[in-house]
Amino acid sequence: MAAANRVGDSSLAIEAVGLAKNFGAVRAVRGVDLAVRRGSVYGVLGPNGAGKTTTIRMLATLIAPDAGHARVLGHDLVTEADAVRRSVSLTGQLASVDEDLNGRENLVLLGRLLGLGRRQAKLRAVELLEAFGLAEASGRLVKNYSGGMRRRLDLAASIVVTPELMFLDEPTTGLDPHARNQVWDIVRALVAEGTTILLCTQYLDEADQLAEGIAVIDEGRVIAEGTPARLKASVGNGSLHVRLLDPADREVAAALLTERLGSAQSKNPVQREADPAALSVTCSSGDAGAQAVAALGAAGVSVADFSLGQPSLDEVFLALTGRVPSDGADAKQEVSV
Amino acid sequence: MTTTATPTTSAPVETGASPDRAAVRLAISSTPRPPVPGRVSTALTFGWRGMLKVKHVPEQLLDATVTPVMFVLMFTYLFGGAVAGSTGQYRDYLIPGILVMSVLFTTVYSGVALNTDVTKGVVDRFRSLPIWRPAPLVGSLLGDTVRYVIAGTVIIVLGVALGYRPGAGVVGAVAALALVVVFSFGLSWVFTTLGLLLRSPSAVLNSGFMAIFPLTFLSNIFVEPATLPGPLKAFVDVNPISTLATASRGLMEGNARVGDVVEVLAVAAGLTLVFATLTVRLYRSR
Repeated sequence: MAAANRVGDSSLAIEAVGLAKNFGAVRAVRGVDLAVRRGSVYGVLGPNGAGKTTTIRMLATLIAPDAGHARVLGHDLVTEADAVRRSVSLTGQLASVDEDLNGRENLVLLGRLLGLGRRQAKLRAVELLEAFGLAEASGRLVKNYSGGMRRRLDLAASIVVTPELMFLDEPTTGLDPHARNQVWDIVRALVAEGTTILLCTQYLDEADQLAEGIAVIDEGRVIAEGTPARLKASVGNGSLHVRLLDPADREVAAALLTERLGSAQSKNPVQREADPAALSVTCSSGDAGAQAVAALGAAGVSVADFSLGQPSLDEVFLALTGRVPSDGADAKQEVSV
Repeated sequence: MTTTATPTTSAPVETGASPDRAAVRLAISSTPRPPVPGRVSTALTFGWRGMLKVKHVPEQLLDATVTPVMFVLMFTYLFGGAVAGSTGQYRDYLIPGILVMSVLFTTVYSGVALNTDVTKGVVDRFRSLPIWRPAPLVGSLLGDTVRYVIAGTVIIVLGVALGYRPGAGVVGAVAALALVVVFSFGLSWVFTTLGLLLRSPSAVLNSGFMAIFPLTFLSNIFVEPATLPGPLKAFVDVNPISTLATASRGLMEGNARVGDVVEVLAVAAGLTLVFATLTVRLYRSR
């Protein structure tokens, strides 16, 4: 009843306070607070098993929270679940389309379930298939679709009628870069048309590309929150990977990189990778990274190759928590519950 | 007994087509939300989905009917003479019973289909829609009823082709089929419950047949229980599948006992009451 005492902020699409969910002894979500502005993309970033999917499943009314409360588009999650369902759509981690039907039938099915007439549902299916580049494949069974096509169909199924709020759970996991760009384009178009999106992802890159705000989630709790720029500033804007010609030079190189890049941030150790000739370190800017590589050359350390990129989720976690996220066993848990 | 249907999956083919940005934006903005459809209409839509699956994945239906067809041919011609004195006499005893077996086998696939929906994530989408929550369950079973009718018809047609002539003619055959389908509707809720409890479709298939196979054999479908040893006979006599087979024979011949038919309907109602409730509860709380 605490929710009733709060004054709902009408500019927020999602307002969650202390959401928690246990599965037996597993405390999947331990108190998540979220405030998502209407019309924005909000990224929830975290490793497998962090509680992202469980959070989305609670907000999409698939499972009831054990504690905490939330309003979605002004409706209470528990007492007004039907009203919530009327304005949201869910694109789950598993690409929730029916593999034994063809693409067109999947969309007609959704159209009919949402209340479109027979003819209207068919027209809508054709329109969406055309727009999403699936017209040719519309008569083929979905089990024969590629991962990217399946994802696009999944997104099309989510907008058979335009939702006010859309939950996207790891929409590009397992996709190649081309298919991933296609999905991103669709997400941008949705936002341009005014849909709010809650995006769960394992990729900082993806959250950076699409989201206006990001919450980093670990072990069922939000451990950092802010704009992508702020988050990256706390982590370092880029990540420098260096592979040396001679593994024997590694300690010299590590010392040099620490001196050039590490001193500014206390939580920024140079990582010695499994490859005995490889090192990685986050850096505040591309320039700083490039200068550090030049300094290696000047000191007589031969570099076989190097790359500058966005920090990975592992690096974000390292910077925020001082450890690399655990993976694997927990991930299965989250998918199956 | 059954061969697990392995769908032939050809390698995914990526079409060169890409989403067209302008068209995507137009498609997104164009459809306002219509009023939510009623319960019946929603359930019928799920029934339609079931029909589409019969069309696209006929292997499942085939799996469940091939075994009974084999039994008809094998038992009639191999054992018929020895068991009943003549092939023809045994055939007439066997066909109404195999009709029961064939349709009951098909019910296992209702659980398999539901479990597939759960493990593939389709159920999540359905549950996030503003529709009557049990609609996917009720609708799927409506669609499955059509599969039951097909499975039963195959056996009746096979029987007629082998020379079986039901005493009560077409009316008798239709009545027997109808009774079997109604019972199967009740029984299929047992398998949907199983479908929500077990982890994989193949687990549902295996445990389903592990239960239904002995239950159909330990009935009067194949032999008159008179020759059986005491405890076995006692089990066969109380097995509702025996009553269903007896009622099926009676309807086919036009001499069914009202008591048998009522008992079958009561068991079907009981199964529905208990297991439909369980299924819906499990489905809601997932």
